[in-house]
Formats: sequence, C-alpha cells, structure tokens
Amino acid sequence: MNDHTVKSYDEELAHLSGQIVRMGGLAEAQFAAAIQALARRDQELARRVVDGDCRIDELDHDVQTFAVRLLALRQPMAGDLRQIVGALNISGEIERIGDYAANIAKRSKVLDQLPVSVPVDGVVRLGELVRGLIKDIIDAYADRDVDKALRVWSRDEEVDAAYNTVFGDLIKGMTADSGAITASTHLLFIAKNIERIGDHATNIAEALHYQIIGVPPHGERPKGNTVGAGE
Amino acid sequence: MNKIVPQNSFKIIARALSVHYGEKQALHQVDLDIRAGEVTALIGPSGCGKSTFLRCINRMNDLVDGARVSGSLTLDGQDIYDPAVDVVQLRARVGMVFQKPNPFPKSIYDNVAYGPRIHGMARDQAELDAIVNGSLEKAGLWAEVKDRLADSGTSLSGGQQQRLCIARAIAVEPELILMDEPCSALDPIATAKVEELIDELRENYTIVMVTHSMQQAARVSQRTAFFHMGKLIEVGDTEQVFTNPREPLTQGYITGRFG
Repeated sequence: MNDHTVKSYDEELAHLSGQIVRMGGLAEAQFAAAIQALARRDQELARRVVDGDCRIDELDHDVQTFAVRLLALRQPMAGDLRQIVGALNISGEIERIGDYAANIAKRSKVLDQLPVSVPVDGVVRLGELVRGLIKDIIDAYADRDVDKALRVWSRDEEVDAAYNTVFGDLIKGMTADSGAITASTHLLFIAKNIERIGDHATNIAEALHYQIIGVPPHGERPKGNTVGAGE
Repeated sequence: MNKIVPQNSFKIIARALSVHYGEKQALHQVDLDIRAGEVTALIGPSGCGKSTFLRCINRMNDLVDGARVSGSLTLDGQDIYDPAVDVVQLRARVGMVFQKPNPFPKSIYDNVAYGPRIHGMARDQAELDAIVNGSLEKAGLWAEVKDRLADSGTSLSGGQQQRLCIARAIAVEPELILMDEPCSALDPIATAKVEELIDELRENYTIVMVTHSMQQAARVSQRTAFFHMGKLIEVGDTEQVFTNPREPLTQGYITGRFG
C-alpha cells in the first residue's frame, strides 16, 4: 500500500501499531515471568509481575486515547479504519492478558506461603503452550501475517485439551488428599486464567484477520469442550 | 404525488457508456445500474468522469460542443439518447441540483412555480399554490419562507437557496434527481439540513449524487460508485466500499493515498 498524501497520518498509524507491539511484548514478558515465578517459587519475581501490570494499563490507555484522536481528526476509511478499530480491540485484549498474568503472579505468591505444596508441572506446561500462542499472535500482528493469525486461531483447541487434563489431575489430587484443597484450588484458578489468556490470543487473531482482510475468519473455530466452567 | 418507489428495481441502466469531448475520451465503457429509491454516490478525483456520467442522464452533455455519447443508457428501459426523446420532457423527469445554488432572480414563489407553469401542471391558482407549498414543505423550507414568498429567491441564505433549488427541482414531480456536489458551497449546518432532506426524498425519488466529500457519500448514500480516469473502478453497497473496498485503487483513493 502506498503512503498517504499526508505524511503525518502515516507516522500516526505507525505509532499506533508500534504501541500495540510494545504492549504485546510487555504482556508476553509479564505472562512468561508469572509462569516462571510459579515454576521456581520465586516470590520476588511474582511481586515484580504484580507491580508491572500498571505499565500495560497505561499503554492501553494511551492507545485508546490516541485511536480516538485519529478517528476524530483523520476520519479514517477502509483499511485505515480497520487498523484503528483493530488497535482499540487488540489493546483491550492485551490489557486483559496483563491482568490475568498479574493474577497468576498473585496466586503463586499465596501458593508459596501455604504449608502444603502440590505439583505445578502440568500448569506450567499449559502456560508454556499459551505463551507460544501469545508470542505468535504478536508476531503476526507486527508482520500483518494473516496465515500466522489463523494458525493461532485454530490452536485454541489444543489449549482446551491441555486445560482439561490439568483440571482432571487437580481434581484427582484433591479427592485423594483433602489437605491439598487450598493449594489445588489456587492452581485451578491459575490454570483457568491461562486458558482465558489463550482465548484472548484467539480474539486477537480474529481482530487481526478482520483488520487485514476485512472479514472475520470463516467457519467454526475448532473448539474442545472446556470443563468446570459455565462460560 | 405519494409514489413510493419500488426498491431494488433499476431506474437507470448504463451499458458500455462512453463519452468523448472532441478527441478526448472522458468516459470509458461504463456499465452501471442505479437502483430506484436509493441514493447512489459517485466519487472519484477531479476529471474521473463522475460528473460526465451524471450529465449523461439528463443529456446535459448535449449542450457541450463536440460531445459524443455511445453505448446505451436507459431510464425505466427507455433509451435516453433515442432521437425521439423530448429533452425537455426528459429533464422534467430528471431534476438537477447544482454545486452552487442558482435560484432565478425571481420571487421565492415564482422560483418554485416556474416549472409547473411551463409544463402546464396546474389548472388554476389554487393548484399552483398547492404545488408550491407542497414542494417547499418537502424541501424543508416552508416554515422559513411561508411569510415571505414574494421576496427574491436570492435574498435567502446559501443553504436556504440550495433547498429552494431542490424545491424547484421536485415541483415538476421528477422521478430522479441528479445532484452535482450539492453541499460544496454550504456550511456544515446547512449541509446537514440538505443531507437530512436527501434522506427523506429517497422515499419518493431516486437520487444520484456527485460528491467530493467521502464522509458525505458515506453518510447519505446506499450505493457508492468509484470512478478513476473515465472508468468505473468499483460499485457496491456504501458500507462495503468504505469499510472493505475490493479494488486497491478504491482503497487508495478513499484513504488518501493517491499517487
């Protein structure tokens, strides 16, 4: 696509995309750190994740304000309009990912303080899987790569399957040992948060598809059954 | 004259419509259908052929020396360029509103009564009054001018003058109204009033409008046709054209990326 006749408009759109990529990178790092804090029982790291969430919130606020300004002043059309609306949506999705990462870190701090410890391997593996999706979708955004976005979109099923396994294992653990209920419940919420982060990656994939192509992805998204939740 | 226009029938059908001005070809083989009861916006850069297309519909191009029209253009299935067509009658069926308001230097009343008089549409004064009142009413101007119908049309504000021109156009009960940048000389409030009027007129008339304001095309039209260098590049539902145009040229033009 050619440049705009008005060059400052190009710069503004580039700035908007840059902010989204920064936010995405930050959220991915926050989430990775939260999973690491859980795996290594690193309280200090968990604290940094909780404190770091406000950076993502600030960027989200900046993006929303900047996007509204562009809508008002440039009255964008077609692909430009879709890019700006996409930034509004995707920024909101990334902000939620940041919130879930902070909540995971908070719960991992609580877990460390409990007298009983339960195995976290399954949840950490789930976290690694979803972290890969976040990285891929942010790369897809930066490169405007619709095929990569579609691959992320179609992998939500894998996340649901992994989550169901973790869920089943935690329930088994609690059934066998009622002393593990408190710790397992926190882990259950962590697993659920990770699964929700995967959903947000999927939402970003859909928003990005619309932004690039002008229509949402076709057909039914492959979807596993998620247990333990009425959502 | 409460004719409700049937939706989705084609009022105007252009096939391979070309226009030459002397050696220069201004319109290349345009196929375009204009739906009845809708507002169709014609957009494109200056010199793209949109006004040329518009001016074919009421044979305004006949007035240009050296203009040649080929291909076919029909109004309700009737060939507009058939030599048997009475151009005066055609222009009664196809009204036109221009870029700059151009009221006659006559009273407000006579501006609107002019057309009905020459077409013999009223049998007596009472009928003529009814046509004038009704047309001013439909043009949303009645309340503002009802106590000063004898004043000169040129004494009105620009926005009022343009609505007077619309009242004058609809007084002869046209089926189709052509508008060539009808708001480009108006301020935003007057523009909003004309746009609101266009939306109301759509119930009874088919409207084809040339506009340089993309926002205006997006606001008032149901269909948008994009012209470039005398060719029709893309036509579609306005919503589709402005959110997801099919052609890169359309995208380039409406987003301000034109080379």
